[in-house]
Amino acid sequence: MVQTEKLVFEYEKRDEEGNVIGTSRAIDEVDIDVKEGQFIAVLGHNGSGKSTLAKHINAILVPTAGTMWVDGRNTSDPSELWNVRQSAGMVFQNPDNQIIGTVVEEDVGFGPENLGVPTDEIWKRVEESLKAVGMIEYRSHSPNKLSGGQKQRVAIAGVVAMEPKCIVLDEPTAMLDPVGRREVLKTVQKLRKQKQVTVILITHYMEEVVDADKIYVMDHGHVVMEGTPREIFSRVDELKSYRLDVPQAALLADELRKRGLKIREGILRKEELVEALCQLN
Amino acid sequence: MIRDITIGQYYPAKSVIHRLDPRVKLVSTLLYLISLFLFKSISGYLIATLFMAAVIRASRVPLSFIVRGLKPVIMLLMITVLFNLFLTRSGEVLFHAWIFTITEGGLVTAVYMAARLVYLIIGSSLMTFTTTPNELTDGIEALLHPLNKVRVPVHEVAMMMSIALRFIPILLEETDKIMKAQIARGADLESGNMIQRAKSMIPILVPLFVSAFRRANDLAMAMEARCYRGGEGRTKMKPLHYRGRDYTAYLVMGAYVITVVVIGRYMPLHVWIF
Amino acid sequence: MSIKLEHLNYVYSQGTAYEKKALNDICLTIPHGEFIGVIGHTGSGKSTLIQHLNGLIRATSGELYYNGENIYREGYPMRELRNEVGLVFQYPEHQLFEIDVLTDVCFGPKNQGLSPEECKERALSALRLVGLKEKYYESSPFELSGGQKRRAAIAGVLAMRPKVLVLDEPTAGLDPKGRDDILDQIAFLHRETDMTVILVSHSMEDIARYADRLIVMNRGTVMYYDEPKKVFEHYQELEKVGLAAPQVTYIMHDLAKNGIAVRTDVTTVSEAADEIMRALS
Repeated sequence: MVQTEKLVFEYEKRDEEGNVIGTSRAIDEVDIDVKEGQFIAVLGHNGSGKSTLAKHINAILVPTAGTMWVDGRNTSDPSELWNVRQSAGMVFQNPDNQIIGTVVEEDVGFGPENLGVPTDEIWKRVEESLKAVGMIEYRSHSPNKLSGGQKQRVAIAGVVAMEPKCIVLDEPTAMLDPVGRREVLKTVQKLRKQKQVTVILITHYMEEVVDADKIYVMDHGHVVMEGTPREIFSRVDELKSYRLDVPQAALLADELRKRGLKIREGILRKEELVEALCQLN
Repeated sequence: MIRDITIGQYYPAKSVIHRLDPRVKLVSTLLYLISLFLFKSISGYLIATLFMAAVIRASRVPLSFIVRGLKPVIMLLMITVLFNLFLTRSGEVLFHAWIFTITEGGLVTAVYMAARLVYLIIGSSLMTFTTTPNELTDGIEALLHPLNKVRVPVHEVAMMMSIALRFIPILLEETDKIMKAQIARGADLESGNMIQRAKSMIPILVPLFVSAFRRANDLAMAMEARCYRGGEGRTKMKPLHYRGRDYTAYLVMGAYVITVVVIGRYMPLHVWIF
Repeated sequence: MSIKLEHLNYVYSQGTAYEKKALNDICLTIPHGEFIGVIGHTGSGKSTLIQHLNGLIRATSGELYYNGENIYREGYPMRELRNEVGLVFQYPEHQLFEIDVLTDVCFGPKNQGLSPEECKERALSALRLVGLKEKYYESSPFELSGGQKRRAAIAGVLAMRPKVLVLDEPTAGLDPKGRDDILDQIAFLHRETDMTVILVSHSMEDIARYADRLIVMNRGTVMYYDEPKKVFEHYQELEKVGLAAPQVTYIMHDLAKNGIAVRTDVTTVSEAADEIMRALS
């Protein structure tokens, strides 16, 4: 579904007069491979290159070197631009800055309108998408009156209405409170089940990626760790060196192991830890 | 305080006026505003008032809400009235003291000007109260569509308007927040002369502009990500269609204009000097 | 030296259709020198509450005493109150405006009417307190990274030498390391100076680690005002209002249910590790 080969993205550094004084690599020879229907998480601290990577999937940025394929299409090919953007929808961090419509349903219809979908079909898609994210009763509301979590769900509906094969969420919960965060994640999980879309979630909240099929950890533009949540979260010290942390259950398990308790590696959830400790008792 | 401004706001209600095609409302408002300048008599104003009262009634927008919209322009209104009152010299002198002279002509002009201004404001705000910003921009886009032929980017202008309307409340809230933050840092926004006050706005305006640019940047990216590429090849979720009630509305409007012009011009009612 | 709220009420847009009771009969005493945590979901009234503390919002009814003086009495020097109670808003970096960091931090002291030398001295010491490196003092605040900007903004308030420092979600949008750095810095400030710190946060884990006492807000009222341990014992009630205890608290409760004799009033990972080791040995 999404594949990269030695993906490099450089941006130019300029001095005050606008002359190029050098280049800086935001992404450095990254190889990722996402299969259809997977739930993939990309972790990394601010400035690790994870958002830059996300913007490549939607062809908002194109690689300086290397290639990126989305659904078999090369994103560097200008003639494929709109197809790429249609097959990989994108949800951004700031809920206020990605809602275009002044009414919820009109915002959800914005994508299909751009694609040239016939009017009747737009209405059908808008209704379906709003139902899928549980926002149908807010269809005629102004987005300004919604909570952060609700706004993000509208943004997700706006992407779903374009019927993409893959949804990229670039830190969708970073500006939300815990309730909003839960709302958004639940919606994403529901969509995965209903529509079998591929989901790529970019975040720095570890609790959100426990269910992922695969995690990529990025640092300084490189993919530095790669594996299942269990594999990744058993390497607590390494994660910390990349400015990340782990869920408290994993942290506690790690701490207890260091103090000599014999509990298995790769504990993620509190239930697993409780079970492991009860076996010891 | 900034949030008290009701001009340009939408007042949600279910009424015939709300349901009308935005093009009808735009054209009718324009006609109404023009009609105000086509007569100068009490009989004309009587009809204009009755017509407006009927429309307000039909729109189900509370009168108090409409009147509140006049508040911010009271100063402007006062200035216009005073200028006309004292600077127009024609007809008999009604009042004279020191350098102030009020003439018959001045009084007549002042009263008519005030009435026109008030009706202008109520008339146009009634349109925005009953039309969502999106309908409004759709209406403008459709009405100005012929200009596309002379290379006026009508779609783009309409899109810009609709985005501006969406971000006005967000930026107002942001202004409020920045003001509070700077007051918390001891900023004094209220005292001092004009220059000092203008200077004290810098700590508010700079962050506001920075934020507006950041938002614009984000929004442009979000629009591109959702395949926005200008008006070409775009379909509409809510295309505009005239219905029976819209034609009726045009007829009613036409009848009003004819009546008000004929009666207002040729059958004036005289009360005192008016 | 304390802040005392007596039967404080605040109603938004009183007399209009949008009327909303934001604070309802708040009675609180915040003693000097404590580290107070404030939690509550969005719309619970916590932001409204803290804006009362420096007089930015005036209560609809009720009294607020700062050091025993009623701040609503005629002629109370509000400006002085704002010098004493420093308020750091959410995303404070959005208020930076000067050409360089140092000048921006001087804005507060300048408004206090201090001489340029004093302003600079205070600004420098504030910048050192927040741990911003000296090489950034002359750069434009807009060129810094997210975490650095936030430090600069906090320094802008600290330079006014407040006796009470109120922070509204100072870690929102930062990555885990950035979040820990800022919180550690605040804890350090609290230890080094005798400032009262009032910290609004969504993260129970963070609050549990730092606060002496917690204010839990719900629907405009104070639901709990107690030590974190005591508050988190009510984890079931907290959940009902959209909040939660730290994950370790749940783990300890589950362990106790399963017959492992651990104390359940544990709120941090290291405490939990100690407690489990003790119970299992």
